[in-house]
This record gives sequence, C-alpha cells and structure tokens, in this order.
Amino acid sequence: MSNLLTISPSPHAKGKDTVQNLMWSVILALVPAFLFSLYMFGIGALVTTLVSVGFCMLFEWIVTKIFLHEQHHLRDGSAILTGILLAFNLPSNISPFIVMVGAAVAIGVAKMSFGGLGMNLFNPALVGRVFLLISFPTQMTSWPVPIESRLQYLDAVTGATPMSHDMLGKADIMDMLFGMTGGSLGEVAAIALILGGVYLLWRRIITWHIPVSIIATVAIFSLIVWLVTGDAGHNPVYQLIGGGLMLGAIFMATDYVTSPMSSKGKLIYGVGIGVLTVLIRFWASYPEGMSFAILLMNAVTPLINKKFKPTRFGESK
Amino acid sequence: MELKTFSMGGVHPADKKLSAGSPIQAFPVPAQVTIPCAMHIGAPAEIVVAKGDKVKVGTLIAKANGFVSANIHSSVSGTVFKIEPVADASGYTKMAVVINVEGDEWEETIDRTPDINANVDAYSPEEIINLVHEAGVVGMGGATFPTKVKLSIPLEKKAEAVLINAVECEPYLTADHRVLLEKADEMLIGTRLLMKAVKVERAYVGIEQNKMDAIEKLTALCASKYPDITIVPLKLRYPQGSEKHLIKAIMGKEVPSGRLPIDVGAVVDNAGTAVAVYEAVMKKKPLIERVVTVTGDSVKNPSNFMVRIGTPIQALIEAVGGLPEDTGKIISGGPMMGKAITRTDIPVAKGTSGVLMLPESLAHRGPLANCIRCGKCVDACPMGLEPYLLAIYGKNKNFEESEANHVTDCIECGCCVFSCPSNRPILDFVRFGKQNVMKIIRARSAKK
Amino acid sequence: MDNVIVVSLLVLGGIAALAAVILYVISKKFKVEEDPRIDQVADLLPGANCGGCGYAGCRNFAEGCVKDLNGKFCTAGGSDVMAKIAEVLGGEVSAPDPKVAVVRCGGSTACRPKTNKYEGAATCAIVASTYGGETGCAFGCIGLGDCVAVCKFGALSIDEATGLPKVNEEKCTACGACASACPKMVIELRKKALKFRKVYVSCVNKDKGPIAKKACSNACIGCGKCVKACNFEAIKLENNLAYIDSSLCKMCRKCVEQCPTGALKEENFPPRKPKDEAAPQLNAASGADKVNINPPQAQQAPMADNKNNQSNEQ
Repeated sequence: MSNLLTISPSPHAKGKDTVQNLMWSVILALVPAFLFSLYMFGIGALVTTLVSVGFCMLFEWIVTKIFLHEQHHLRDGSAILTGILLAFNLPSNISPFIVMVGAAVAIGVAKMSFGGLGMNLFNPALVGRVFLLISFPTQMTSWPVPIESRLQYLDAVTGATPMSHDMLGKADIMDMLFGMTGGSLGEVAAIALILGGVYLLWRRIITWHIPVSIIATVAIFSLIVWLVTGDAGHNPVYQLIGGGLMLGAIFMATDYVTSPMSSKGKLIYGVGIGVLTVLIRFWASYPEGMSFAILLMNAVTPLINKKFKPTRFGESK
Repeated sequence: MELKTFSMGGVHPADKKLSAGSPIQAFPVPAQVTIPCAMHIGAPAEIVVAKGDKVKVGTLIAKANGFVSANIHSSVSGTVFKIEPVADASGYTKMAVVINVEGDEWEETIDRTPDINANVDAYSPEEIINLVHEAGVVGMGGATFPTKVKLSIPLEKKAEAVLINAVECEPYLTADHRVLLEKADEMLIGTRLLMKAVKVERAYVGIEQNKMDAIEKLTALCASKYPDITIVPLKLRYPQGSEKHLIKAIMGKEVPSGRLPIDVGAVVDNAGTAVAVYEAVMKKKPLIERVVTVTGDSVKNPSNFMVRIGTPIQALIEAVGGLPEDTGKIISGGPMMGKAITRTDIPVAKGTSGVLMLPESLAHRGPLANCIRCGKCVDACPMGLEPYLLAIYGKNKNFEESEANHVTDCIECGCCVFSCPSNRPILDFVRFGKQNVMKIIRARSAKK
Repeated sequence: MDNVIVVSLLVLGGIAALAAVILYVISKKFKVEEDPRIDQVADLLPGANCGGCGYAGCRNFAEGCVKDLNGKFCTAGGSDVMAKIAEVLGGEVSAPDPKVAVVRCGGSTACRPKTNKYEGAATCAIVASTYGGETGCAFGCIGLGDCVAVCKFGALSIDEATGLPKVNEEKCTACGACASACPKMVIELRKKALKFRKVYVSCVNKDKGPIAKKACSNACIGCGKCVKACNFEAIKLENNLAYIDSSLCKMCRKCVEQCPTGALKEENFPPRKPKDEAAPQLNAASGADKVNINPPQAQQAPMADNKNNQSNEQ
C-alpha cells in the first residue's frame, strides 16, 4: 500500500459544523434584515455595510499578515460578520471615515489585540460601535428618515429615533415592527431580525437561552415600571421591538466567543443584559442601552463560566 | 409512542449500517492464530501452555490472574508455535500465544449441537457465575470487562434488574443487530441466566429504533416465551450504549459520579455477552469466537462474520473483497470509540466488535482552528462536563484542576470532538488528563 | 479660581497623605519576617525555575539553601553560582559530577521509516499513551518535541533533517526537565566529559534484534559485540539492549568500531586517523565539530537526502 494508514485517538467521526459554515450561516440569517434596511435606507445602507465589511477584512488581513506574520483567516467569515454587525449598528448616512475608525477599533483593538478569533473578551462590533458613539455622538445619533432618504447618502434627511423618550408612545407599533422608523441600519426591522433568529435556532447555531431570557427580562422589567409610572414611553411593547433590542438579543449577545458556555450561565447572562438594558434606557443619559448592557455582561462572562457549571450526570434527580 | 432516551447531551452521527442485511457467516479457521493474553480489562492472564504443546478448540491456554481477569482458551486445534510479545493495534508489544492450526478438533466437554437448551432452573446462581468465569466471558461490547466480576455483587448491594445492551449506537457496526436476529433465543436464555445469577425477576433489552426488525421479532418472542423480559425501543442517539446512559434511558436513574451501575440496582450486559453466557453455561463452550462486522464506505461486501479469536484482521479484510484502494484509516471497533490500528496483521480479540475501513476522505480530522468558545462541546457532553475546560487543563498538565472539574467522569464517548466546529483535539487532552488523574488517585489510595 | 486650586490641592494632598498612612500601617502590621539571605541567594540564582534542583522554583531552592546548604546544588547555575552562594551563607558545597542531556535515539527519518501517520493532539505524551509512535519502533523518539517545550534554556531543538531532538551542550544545564518530560525515556543525563566528548548507545529499543532492525536500521540489536570489546566492563546487555555506564566508560571508543548497526555513537571527538584495514572508516569530511554518525550500515538504509551520507569510501 502506498499510503500510510492514519492513526489518531478516537473519535474518528466528525459532525458537519465548521467555524466557517457557522459564521456564514449567521451572515445568511442577517440577510433579511439587510434587505429590509436596503429598502428603508437605500444607497446609504449598501455603502455603509460594504465599507464596514471591507475595512474589517482589511484590518484583519493587515494584523495577521503584517504584524503577526500568520496565515490569514479571512475565509472563516468572522471578520465579515463583525463588519456586517458593526454596520448594522450605525446610521446609514454616516461618513465612511467614521466607519473606518469603527472597523479599526473593532478588529484591531477588540479582536486581534486579544489574540484573534476566540480570544476576545468583548464583542468586537459592539466595542467599535460604542467607541464611535462616544467619539462621534452627533453623527451616531442622527438617523435618516426611512424611505424618503433612500436615494440620498451623506446628505440624508435625519430625524429622531423612536427610542428618544419623548418620541416613544407616539410611534406606531406596526411601523416599528416593519422598520418604518428611524434607527441604525440593521436594527429597524424587528420582524426581519426575528426571522433570522428563527433560522439560527432551527439550524441549532444558537440556543434559545440568551435571546429568550433577554426578551423576557426586558418585557417583565419594563412592564413593572410601566404599571408603576404609567409613562407611555415605558410600554414594554415599544421596549421590545424598538431600538437595538432584537438585533442585540438575537445576534450580538449570542456571539459565541463572548457569551457563557453552559445553559444556566446563558440564562444568567441574558437576565443581566435585560436588566441593564432597561436600567440604561430608563434612567441613564443614553436613549439606547443594549450595547452597553451586552459589553458589561461580556466582562462578567468569565466569572459566569466559572460559577455556573452545567449540571453533571448523576447530580440531578 | 414516546421513545425513551437519556436526558442531556449526545450527538447524531450518520448511521451507515451498511452490513445490517448481511447474515452472520462462519469465518474459515485461519492457518495460524495469535491469541493475546490481555484481551480484557484487568490483569493479563497467566499462560499455562508451553511451546510445542498440542491444544484443542476450547483448551485453556491462559488462566485468570487475580479477581479482575479472565481465562483464555484456544480457539483452534493445533500446536503452540511460540509464546512471545507481539505488537498489538497500538504498536506496543504484548504477550501472546501463537498457535499453528491442525484440523479442527474440539474439547469433548463442549456441546456442539444447535439445540436450544432453555433449562435455566438446572443451575444455581453460584454455578452460573462459576461457569461464566471458567469460560472466560468478558463484555463483548468493546470494554471487555470480565463478566464474572459484574455478576459477583457485593453483599451490601442488591440488584433490581438486568439490562441488556443491544443499543449498538456506534455507526457502521451491526454485529449485535445480527445476533439479535439470528440468536434471539440464545440471547434471551442468556439473559435469564444473568437474571438468575444476580437474583432478579426483571430484565430489559434496550434496542435503538434503527433496528425495527429486531425490536419486532424480540417483542413477539418475549410476549410468547419470555414474559419476564421487556424489550425497550430507544430513540436514536449517541452514546445510548454507554452503560450509565442506558440505565438512565430505561430505568430513569442516574449513576452518581464515581459509582457503579449496581449502586442503582442495575446489572448491564451486552447482547453478545448474553449469548456468550448462554453458550458458557448451557453448552460449556468457552469464549473462543465472536461476531465481527467488517465494513467501510468503499468495502465491496460489508459482512458480519463469526470469527475465531486470534484470526488476523488481514484475513477478514481479504474476505470482504480486499482493502479498498482509497483506505486511509482502519479502525478496530466503531468510528466513535474504536481504535485506529497501525497494521493489519493484528488478531481479532474478545473485544473486537468490528473492523472499519474508512476512506481517505473520512480518515482525517479537519483543519485546526481557534476555539471559538461556542459551547457546543458543553451542550454535547452526555456527562455534563466542560470538555473545552478539561482540554485546557489537560494540555497544561494542570491535573489538580482536571480532577476538581470531574475529569474522571468522562466516558470518552467523543461527542465533544464530534461537535467541535474548530476540529480541536479536545478528547485527546481530556483523556490525557483523565489518565494522569487516575494515576494520581491510585497513588493516593495506595499511600493510605 | 485660586480657591479652586487651593481646595483641590488640599483634597488631593489629604487623600495622598491618608493613603500613605494606611499603606505604612498595613505594611508594618502585616510584615512577614524573612531571612534577608533568602533574597540574596535568590538573586544569585539563574531564575529560570527549571526545577533541576528538585525544588519547585528558584526561590524555594534559596529557602532550602538558607536552611541547610548541605547537598544542595543548582544544576543550571553550576559551581560558579554555588560558590557565590556558599560565600553568602558560609559553608561548603559539594559539586556532583557535571552532566549533560543525551538523546539516546538514532532513529532519524532516513533510517527509521514511517509506518503510520499520526493525527491528533501533537504532544509526545499523548501519542505515547495511545500508540507506540509513527514508526515500527515503539521505544524510540516520537519527535513532537515535548522536551523542546520544557527546556527553559533553549538547549533543545528538533533537527529537521533527522526529526530528532538535538542538544546544544553549551546551553544545557542538566536540569533534567527534558528527561522527565520524555514519555519514552529516551533522554538521559550523562556524565559530561572534556569538550562534551561522549560514547553512548543511541538506542533504547528492547525488541529482539530482527524486529528492532526491521523498524530502524540504526537500532541496537543486542548482538553483544560491544560488551566483548569493552575492557572496562562499562557496557551491559539487558533485554536485547546495550547500555554504557558513563561513570565507567573511559572513552576508548573500541566498542564503536564493533557496532554493526551504528547504534553506538561517538560525538565531539577529533576525527580518527583512517586505518588500512576494513575498520569502520570515519570521514574527516564532516568536520571535527560535527557529530560522526557514519556507521557503515547507515548508508545501506534507504536514505533520502541525508547530509551525513557523503562518506562512501568503502
């Protein structure tokens, strides 16, 4: 026999999952939301997404090839995914230079400086987004009016997000569900995001624990506040479908690298994000709290992993 | 009907039972057999023959050495050619008896008639256990734990039921499936002998639903002739054939960490073992042959053979049409827990349930990537461990932490590696940690 | 404005003063009394925490030395360091024979053909726990470099041409980390001789001659010729394997000439003068500082592009 027999420890069978197809499946799950935002924001959505993905890939390539002298991993799709998620968190009329800065922070600082894929403590896209939010507050919080500004890019007509407190309670729920309101590129159409989430659950790429616990916590917490204060802006329905909640709960918080491992840990993490989101939305100076809530819980993830171990066989009755 | 299964973890490898339809064929006796002295868990047997001795089929050639050990008998008649260390599947050498075959003469005590003898009442529990011990019966599922030890229940413990493991959750393997179909009566009488030996009134036979023909046949048979044995169809899921998970699926009880099945009142034996027990007791036939599935994606005629222990695997491969051109890996056992063998001249042992020839395309692990902490290994682990973490501890030789995180609970089923999208050698490191922790624990208890 | 500056100066100064007081009190109250000589000794040590002395780290060793210097020796630092420590602590140090790590496997890729391809976790320890290795020899070097990984002094490297680890004798401190990391126990600490000269059996295969020879053309086949050749009873033959006791060996190199497979090796000797008769020739071509591994048999092995293959003077 010409070929030598391969020997290796068991098992000798392998499931179908690879890093590459997991990442591309998540990208696929984001497609409905992207199509929606194309319809809403037109050219701006397309340009911002392309710029963001392009720079994320470029920075990843630069760091791996030039600084680390390693084989690049662009094909695994993780840089592309970070790029899309970053773009989804930006207004569609934002300057490409700002996007570039965001991509540099997301890939260079939040991902590669920790050691690349799998090593980062914080969700790279969110670190990029929060960095931009702090550095460019005006640009990051003036969202173009949907549909009308489809053919405009940088000069788009802007309006307030329904998440700013005085606007809440006035917007129409159906409009919010179908993205007919202002907001970041990818977060506007709750229904398209939910569709993507269902696909991810069906493919078993994510488990239900994180999205469900976040959504349930936000619903219950804001319901209590709403009943106590009677303020229309605290209506849980708006809280759930408005702002980045769906995007965050389904796509950002479930990021493998920065979320806990065990089911118990995932529930704790989700509840934590839900509580922090409502706290920031209602009582802090930012109208939107999802990004901060996720990043804060990212920081706690190692502790959660240490504290909340899965139930071992033989422990449960 | 709600099918039973275990509660947490597990995976669904592709079934690929290519040889399920092929009846068991008696494999011709080879010209020479190599019978290793360590075919079971525990101390290697002590050789009682010398070079040049004449042996018959069923002659004792090596005696159990200590409590956890098993007798070994000649599977052929002929002359002992040599007794020396022979390289095994791993490349390390182990003591073995090589016998040149001359004719096929059996020991007179062995009943070679095909008649079914169902007279279980003729034997006392002690007699059954003794005959099982004499015949050198070990667990035929692959773990090769001496059956006598399982049946010798300590006085303070009490068995409630016998569980027959006919799950065969490993892909490709069909040896047990064929045994269920072709030796149903023998298997069920063997089960009754086991029940008698451990003094219980009930037995359950767990079979996965991919063997519907066996489930139907046995259910009908049990209803008419063996009302004290229940056939339990199980949902398809790996590793259902693990002892602890079978108990969970059938009895709903979990064996606590570090304990044995008997602690929850279960005695688990493989279907093939039940047949071996039947033959040992009713036919006085020692364990000298077993059913081996010889299969693979590119194999011409995937088959099930009744093979004499010690037959070189090479002979089996030739019998199914030769080694396929594209073979990249040969596995003794199934793809999930079997061992990739280094060479084909090694013999079939008591625990060899299959010979699987994987084509080059399936022989390799995928490209290694960083751990993305997806937690799929944690979800897949049927023991509720954290394989990713144990792998890190194993890699860094942090055996204290490995032990604190219950590495000794690992059943090495391979679900973690199967589910890993980054193709990380999780189990390699976990197993390494486990071996070392076991060593440390043994040293600690020896000190006390 | 002035007011602001004054207030902030006062506040910040106050905080600083308070912190200083707290730090001072705590450092006084919780001070651990320690022999100052421990620090002195620890500073003298190489600080590699190699564990060659038997202690967990250099500081533990320093503590041990301060307690009782008798019998303590830092292999990494050598007698220089020990002399300095003795100066600090007073007393005598007894230096054991200096040693050096030797790789006792000559199964290079050229003379030990692969029989299998290993895939999986790439550490020798894991391979050894499941398989004999990738070759027919279940005793020899696996070549995945567990020894290289544990060496804190950069003295080991895997030689790409042979696939075996190579010891840089200048850097080796004989801490023994590699010897205990090797699951096959191929690496041994042997007596260090002048100019790192050594004569040793470069094989640990205990298989019978023909089996060992089949797996590796460089294997010791246990023929015993070297035992007969040795005038100092330094060579023992056990389990089909010869072993030279480095404390008894006088480096006469007679045994090396007798070895039919080249398992016996002499290293770092000046080139031998060519003899007239058919004694094994040792070419000067490989240079005085090069390792002479040119046994006659080695050339008959299927060699690919072995650099040492230029000595075809037969």
